[in-house]
Amino acid sequence: MTRVVLDPTSERTPAQRRRLARLATLAGQRIGLLDISKARGDLFLDRLEQRLRERGAEVSRYRKPTFTKPAPPDLRQRIAVECAAVVEALAD
Amino acid sequence: MAASTQPLAPSLPSGLVAVVKRECPTCELVAPVLRELAGRASLVVYSQDDPSFPEGLSPRDDTDLAVSYHHRVETVPTLIRVEDGVEVGRAIGWQRDDWERLTGLTGLGAGLPDWRPGCGSRSVDPDVAPDLAVRFEAHRLAARRVEIAEREDEAEAFFARGWTDGLPVVAPTERRVLSMLAGTSRAADEIVATVPPDLVPVSVEKVAINAVMAGCKPEYLPVVLAALEAICNDEFNIHGVLATTMPVGPILIVNGPIRRRIGMNSGINVFGQGNRANATIGRALQLVVRNVGGGRPGEVDRATHGNPGKTSFCFAEDEEGSPWTPLAADFGAAPGTDAVTVFAGEGPRCIVDQLSRDPESLARTFAVNLRALHHPKLVLAFDALLAVGPEHARVFRQAGWSKERLVARLHELLQIPGRELVRGAGGIAEGLPESVADATLPKFRPGGLRVVHCGGGAGLFSAMIGGWASGAVGSEPVMREIRS
Repeated sequence: MTRVVLDPTSERTPAQRRRLARLATLAGQRIGLLDISKARGDLFLDRLEQRLRERGAEVSRYRKPTFTKPAPPDLRQRIAVECAAVVEALAD
Repeated sequence: MAASTQPLAPSLPSGLVAVVKRECPTCELVAPVLRELAGRASLVVYSQDDPSFPEGLSPRDDTDLAVSYHHRVETVPTLIRVEDGVEVGRAIGWQRDDWERLTGLTGLGAGLPDWRPGCGSRSVDPDVAPDLAVRFEAHRLAARRVEIAEREDEAEAFFARGWTDGLPVVAPTERRVLSMLAGTSRAADEIVATVPPDLVPVSVEKVAINAVMAGCKPEYLPVVLAALEAICNDEFNIHGVLATTMPVGPILIVNGPIRRRIGMNSGINVFGQGNRANATIGRALQLVVRNVGGGRPGEVDRATHGNPGKTSFCFAEDEEGSPWTPLAADFGAAPGTDAVTVFAGEGPRCIVDQLSRDPESLARTFAVNLRALHHPKLVLAFDALLAVGPEHARVFRQAGWSKERLVARLHELLQIPGRELVRGAGGIAEGLPESVADATLPKFRPGGLRVVHCGGGAGLFSAMIGGWASGAVGSEPVMREIRS
């Protein structure tokens, strides 16, 4: 006999969102660097900024208030408006 | 598979309606009264077991109990007065006064005793009621139905679908979920919380499904619901508690009369195995986070080590034996309130002191142990929960120390010279910046040390439970009252 149970999950079929096309070049593009406020993450991002600038990219730096919580919507919105791409670095 | 179609609730004819069963001596007793009523008023009789009973009244057949179930008949005989299809009153069992008041007639049942209690309705017979609930209520359950194939092992099917925490679960059938929902007065479709990390609104029904899987009894469900409300907010921050590399999870501490009513353990082996309520309430909560919120180890859960309490860490405070007010009162709950407090914590570690018989000595023992929490050179970063055992608590009771006095003394004892905390001190790189060298810093922020009373009656031990990043940057303990 077939047994029937109730689905304990969110029943969410993940919305299939297409990724943005990969940037063809870094030159002239604004790249966001998001510091999540973990210790020494800034050192890593400093180096990344230097390397990106060497390749002709513009760099904007952002920082979220605490690494323990998701970035506030306003900050996410600002990054989306201002940048062509963003690097969010998790340091541990 | 689609949910079963909705059966119509049978409506009652206007006038008087009686529900009876032949098996009930009180129904036999009142059969002449019903015949008398039929002669003086409009009466329809429903029989639960024998459509020929009572003789001479052309009873309607309710052996499928549809009428009894939908009109919530719990006792037979039940006499209902219906006007324009709406119930306006009912009498239960045989009580002449009630029957006369309801019918507006006098002199009913001459020669009968004034009063006889009725019998249980077949529709509430524990062997029958769950099947009736499935027959009449399953259509209300909104969750997607999942078929387990005939040759598929049930336990394995749930592992294969990723629905378990690594232990087997109870199959969430319609029958079990409906029984679980009987544990709360809240509607099945009421939204309880929005569960991280996927931020999914979760209904009472979905919580009930996971509570069944965890092994809960229906009377535990209100605790699970309150705990879920307590963790899904910005203060407790279950998203961060889940995602952190630290070994913390939600710890549930239950206060109030519900502890005894549902048989929770606050005594011997309080943090350990063996008590169903303790073991399954915390588990149900974690299953909701996993299955509904999508919080799974190795995905958003990035714990370096985790701790065994992340399967279930739930216990009751021993209020009866405590010299102090309950933990929930520290968060504003009135005395006698059923409440659950959640604390983001790691596993418990033992504090041994078998010699201290005065409170100052014992407080010092607590302080030196608490000093080492997470790292002796780190302060103000983490909260702690101090679980004082009954034999230790006795020392404070005999000396007249309130909980506030103990906590205040611990804060005094945990003022630490900055010179001991700076980076490099003690030959240890970990520590605070050199700038604090001349300061004195407390181990805990104000309110960062909480005290609860629990454990077995023998053993001069207490326990401490380290927290996670404290306060607004991490997690605050949260108390919620438990609603039935």
